[in-house]
Amino acid sequence: MTLAFLNLTWPTFANGLALGGVYALMAVGIGLVFGVLRLVNFAYGQLIMAGAFALAFGSQWGFPNWASILFCFGVVLGLSVLMDLLVFRPLRTHSPAVMLVATFAVAFLLQNIALLAFGPLGKSAGALAILNAPWDIGGVFIKKIAVISFATAVGCLVILQLLLTRTPLGLHMRAAAMDFRTARLLGVRANWVISGAVIVSGLFAAVSAVMLSVQELTVVPTFGTQDTILVLAGVVLGGLNRPIPATLGGFSIGFANGILGGVLPSNQSQYLPSFLFAAVIVVLLVRPNGLFARGGGTVERV
Amino acid sequence: MTWIRRAVELLAPALLILGTALLALEVSSYLQAYFLDTLVKVAIVVALYVFIGNSGVLSFGHVSFVAVGAWTAGVLTVPEDQKRITMPGLAHFLLTTSVGNVASLVLAAVVGGIFAFAVGLPLMRLSGLAAGIATFGVLEITNNVLTYEQRIGPGLNAFSSVPSTTGIWQATIGGLVCVVVAYAYQRTRFSRMLRATREDPAAAAAAGISIYRQRLLAFTLSGALAGFAGGLYVHLQPLQAGSLSLNLTFVTLAMLVVGGSGSLLGAVVGALALNGIFSFFSAATNTVDVLGWSFTVPSGTAELTLGMLMAIVLILRPNGLTGGRELSLPRRRSVADLEKARATT
Repeated sequence: MTLAFLNLTWPTFANGLALGGVYALMAVGIGLVFGVLRLVNFAYGQLIMAGAFALAFGSQWGFPNWASILFCFGVVLGLSVLMDLLVFRPLRTHSPAVMLVATFAVAFLLQNIALLAFGPLGKSAGALAILNAPWDIGGVFIKKIAVISFATAVGCLVILQLLLTRTPLGLHMRAAAMDFRTARLLGVRANWVISGAVIVSGLFAAVSAVMLSVQELTVVPTFGTQDTILVLAGVVLGGLNRPIPATLGGFSIGFANGILGGVLPSNQSQYLPSFLFAAVIVVLLVRPNGLFARGGGTVERV
Repeated sequence: MTWIRRAVELLAPALLILGTALLALEVSSYLQAYFLDTLVKVAIVVALYVFIGNSGVLSFGHVSFVAVGAWTAGVLTVPEDQKRITMPGLAHFLLTTSVGNVASLVLAAVVGGIFAFAVGLPLMRLSGLAAGIATFGVLEITNNVLTYEQRIGPGLNAFSSVPSTTGIWQATIGGLVCVVVAYAYQRTRFSRMLRATREDPAAAAAAGISIYRQRLLAFTLSGALAGFAGGLYVHLQPLQAGSLSLNLTFVTLAMLVVGGSGSLLGAVVGALALNGIFSFFSAATNTVDVLGWSFTVPSGTAELTLGMLMAIVLILRPNGLTGGRELSLPRRRSVADLEKARATT
């Protein structure tokens, strides 16, 4: 079975799907917090970086893989809760611009803590390298991690959708995302909803950290930064406010990144970020509220 | 008397710059480099302020104008024989053209302004997050192209043999030029209109102000200043594309926000304060002497302190150290005013 279109092959296609899946998870993680707090979390990439470092240290200390992954989840969740308590909470009432710059500061701070503690060369990330081995699917060799990433992402998104539509917490989160003040007047507990969003978002960051670090040889302090910027562009591209458009936006930019990275020859693929961002800018010019948004959004100044 | 009030608004930031320059003359040439760097940062932050402060819209793209200005001034001033060695891929026209120091700075400003105008033409129609992400895109694209395109510059390498003409005079005059231009713009009706759109876009539009046109004007002007500052920067130290990217964007935005993005004084105070602290800790990685007590800190402390300070200032004083106000003399109340005040209470 071949997929002969330009240089597109099944493995490239699978990698695109996998990257799209991980970016979709990150997009939802950013979108959930934006929904309840109106805060674009720039430090999301640093959560992922912290998770990847936790994994690398786990394997260095001889933890079994499940323990390393657990450790990674613990670190990322702890960090996101701390971030909420120390930074988001005091700034909750301030303007979106102030909050955005504050998360910028947190990102910078975390990155430099990592730089100070682990050095610019970082740690080798060999923990789950075994997943880079291919599976033979009908004569096509596809990396295990690609299949696992995509399946995990889909699983997480389905669970999130169930959480949002079938549980009281999900109902409250959706209400808060629609109109926070009215939701509070109707008895939605602000801190509960915000903590819920922060924790789910942290969980997704941890999952993304595990998936992204498999394909990397080393974890460096800038790990995840470039991905986060792309995901942010994707989220805005899709439409920030609701989970499904955000997911689609994140997925499309990850998919495009994965496919183009595999298809383009290297003297063109070095300009890949330019292509992606140029595409994002063009789409935003045509549809400023996002590709998948319904109707006119409110005017915001960030 | 109002002219004194106005003069103070300009004099306060200008005197701060002159004071920094005087201090720089007193210290050793090793420490002077930090002061020069600070003065260039002041120029960049003032350029940022012209757009962000007046319009209230965040832009992540200004460092790309700094980069373009630096590339212009750098490529045009490297001696031709050096260009053939260090930048063999350069386009023929750039290879054979060289200009003087002042001309290179002017061209940097012109190119920065034109680039900002071209970018702003479509982008200034956006607002909110879409605008933020789009300017981010501009930064990423510019950085990506400058990193790999060897026809217009050194590519991945750092600039070498750019004449280092940004000494104490050029840095000071450069900073002052930016402050004076920003102040002059601030006094025009265009800035007033833009500030009106910042406070209430709907009311401003209803009063007949074109938000798009005013933002575009400020964006272009601040792009030109950023290009000029980039020119100053490349004449100060060997730059490379990687150093004109995310980190510089963050640091300069931090300076503006910490100082208070609403005022020219805030921009200057923020740049001086944060870069001062940053330089102090950078110098302290090689041991500094403070009042006879010498100490050393591990590298990275400077960035750490900066990030922490910024978070603290944002939490405690979200409008910045100056609260977004210019320095103003205490208003002397006339007897009539006092009578009126008494009558109303």
